[in-house]
Amino acid sequence: MSKPVTALGGASDATGIATVTEMGPMGMITLRGDLSVKAVTKAAVAAGGVTMPDQRMCNTEGAGGIAWMSPDELLIMCDYEHVHAKLADLQGKLAKEHALAVNVSDARAVFRVSGPHTREVIAKLAPVDMHPGSFTPGMFRRTRFAQVAAAFWMVDDQTAQIICFRSVAQYLFNTLNMAAQDGSLVGHFSKA
Amino acid sequence: MLSIHCPNCGITAEETEFHAHGEAHLTRYGPGSTDDQFESYLFMRRNPKGVHFERWRHQNGCGKWFHVARCTMTLEVFGSYSAQTYAPPQEILDHIKDRRPGWNEGTT
Repeated sequence: MSKPVTALGGASDATGIATVTEMGPMGMITLRGDLSVKAVTKAAVAAGGVTMPDQRMCNTEGAGGIAWMSPDELLIMCDYEHVHAKLADLQGKLAKEHALAVNVSDARAVFRVSGPHTREVIAKLAPVDMHPGSFTPGMFRRTRFAQVAAAFWMVDDQTAQIICFRSVAQYLFNTLNMAAQDGSLVGHFSKA
Repeated sequence: MLSIHCPNCGITAEETEFHAHGEAHLTRYGPGSTDDQFESYLFMRRNPKGVHFERWRHQNGCGKWFHVARCTMTLEVFGSYSAQTYAPPQEILDHIKDRRPGWNEGTT
């Protein structure tokens, strides 16, 4: 197997009010199907290694996790090395179900924004209420960051993890860094 | 700017997360229809000043379709409802009539 290469080779920038780092490679499987069917969620839980998340939530533990993407879609996360085995296992379990599982690990880029002003950096780019009381760790949100579609969740109160299409990785990295550039602090959330 | 609620994933966000896709509840005339019916389906759209029913998609979110009732003049959003329906639900109509007492379904 060839060596996995992330979109930006793990680029990182800590010069601004928050640190932006490209993560990965991360194993990601998109699962589409009827989430009210037991066999589908059971297979997802087995692959993700966490319990089934509620609507608009995301459960993670270590490298594993499940994120609720839409009423018929889940994103299963795992170690990059295990993604092929997990996918084969998942497809075996879902052979009799009307469901689709695809390995999207190399089609996505993953970023982490960290620091005390993470919420502000995201609030500048996405139409999401980032107030600490509104968007709490564990919630998962698919939205847009400036001009591109992305999904993110708060790992903890000062860290956000963002998933976007690999083709827009450079754009998102630049945009996040622009929103986090030195001297651009508004202090909106620290006033509260 | 419109604040829109997606009934599929339950998120309320501003309009840039969504995309409008034109008038809702069209009758899709196909084979067997008259030329006039087909023309009206393809080209003729209402353009009301006031209450309008539209199809929207949660473009940058869950990706699902739904319907929105809104006012084209004041940009008031009356509500959103499932895409799997041929007509607006009664509670949306009641709410519109509450907000626009003179409004009659079918006239706009």
